[in-house]
Amino acid sequence: MRTVLKLATLLILATAAGLAHSADGARQFDRDAGRYVEVAVADPYLELHTGAGVGYPVFRVVPRGERIEILFRRTDWFKVRDDHDREGWAHRDNMQETLLASGEKLPLEDLSHRDFDIWPWEVGAQSGNFGGGNVNSVYAGYSMNSNLAAEFAVSQTLGHSANGEIVLLGLTHAPRPDWRVAPFLQLGTGVVRIQPKATIISPPERTEQIAYYGAGFKWYLSRRFIVRGDYRSYVIFTRRDTNEDRNEWKAGFAFFF
Amino acid sequence: MWPFHKKQRAEELPVDATAADGTAPSVVEPQVTRRTVKTPKIKNSNFEIGPYVGTYSAEDFGVNPVLGARLVYHISEDFFAQTLIGRTTVGRTSYERLSGGAQLLTDSQRKLTYYSLDFGYNVLPGEVFVGNRRAFNSALYITGGVGATHFAGDNRFTVAIGAGYRLLLNDWLTAHFDVRDSIFDIDLLGSNKTTHNLETGLGVTVFF
Repeated sequence: MRTVLKLATLLILATAAGLAHSADGARQFDRDAGRYVEVAVADPYLELHTGAGVGYPVFRVVPRGERIEILFRRTDWFKVRDDHDREGWAHRDNMQETLLASGEKLPLEDLSHRDFDIWPWEVGAQSGNFGGGNVNSVYAGYSMNSNLAAEFAVSQTLGHSANGEIVLLGLTHAPRPDWRVAPFLQLGTGVVRIQPKATIISPPERTEQIAYYGAGFKWYLSRRFIVRGDYRSYVIFTRRDTNEDRNEWKAGFAFFF
Repeated sequence: MWPFHKKQRAEELPVDATAADGTAPSVVEPQVTRRTVKTPKIKNSNFEIGPYVGTYSAEDFGVNPVLGARLVYHISEDFFAQTLIGRTTVGRTSYERLSGGAQLLTDSQRKLTYYSLDFGYNVLPGEVFVGNRRAFNSALYITGGVGATHFAGDNRFTVAIGAGYRLLLNDWLTAHFDVRDSIFDIDLLGSNKTTHNLETGLGVTVFF
């Protein structure tokens, strides 16, 4: 318990240190010139909220023509600073109507579909059933074009008679990536480590090659967010006379960036 | 008004010479200078990472300190995904204490390590006010996810539900308070049973 208290105290101190403010006279907006992207409001006005969410109240409106600095972006919200050093959060829809110094509109991504050139990476987590037991899995994928992607996945299987780990490399092919619910086919191979659970006679741990084919869908639910379901048929190439078959289904979520 | 006075007209395309003097057109060399639109680099800050400390109540094995780390990705203003990894060392059961010498687990089996892949929803976003000068953004959130717990010599499939409170101290520093219930099956004491393992945690994260 004492370690917990000590660590908790450390956390609180670190927090207090982070809160310490730097106060000085010069205007932050001018001092940071060139450091951040500067845009001018082109809508009649830009609303600044106190937080990154629609529920947070609007505490200031920046009129058309005034400049703002974009400090950073979190989800669909931009933390901006106006000419009077007031900082607030502006929504993406509002920011879309701002102009860069060149007169161009602030280029923001098109949300209506996933552009595989801009967002080739995908990371996700899934859970489901592998040969009667549970399976948890994380994966990272890279889209080579809008149809074809390479994937690397690590799974942990948790069954009644054995646990295991699977490392896989695979390919997915989506014939219609533009659909809201995009089906895909998949193929891959890797290694599996099977650890039988201790019984009276405990069979030894073994590592085998494994391969799979299967199908699935990616449902592009909202901005950068995917619900994904997979069904796979695995073959474990054992060192014995017969190979083993396993079926797997799993579902989970993923996001792309 | 800035930046409208700077607004440039698109480069005028070279006029085809044939229209003016009627002579045969030479091979037109297009001299289109394209204006390169440089996509401005805006820093994204959607990830949080940081440690937490707390207590982990392993059913039958007492309440013990836990140390963990979390990685959060904010998908939208409402939803996030997170990964947690935590570790604790459990104590002794009442049976072990009363019986004197009996040991159900070895020392290494008493080490409990878990991971969890969660999906979270900010139920109650809001602001808290400290004094009359400071306001901090905050959110009450709920999470649900799956993972595994390595305990008593085995990996156990785990479902975890939780609720937490996030306080954004500034643009990059956040404090968390969490309560979680990790649910897994264990057959250590003869029959298979489902255990609920309650955990509380206090942590900080850094946005990046």
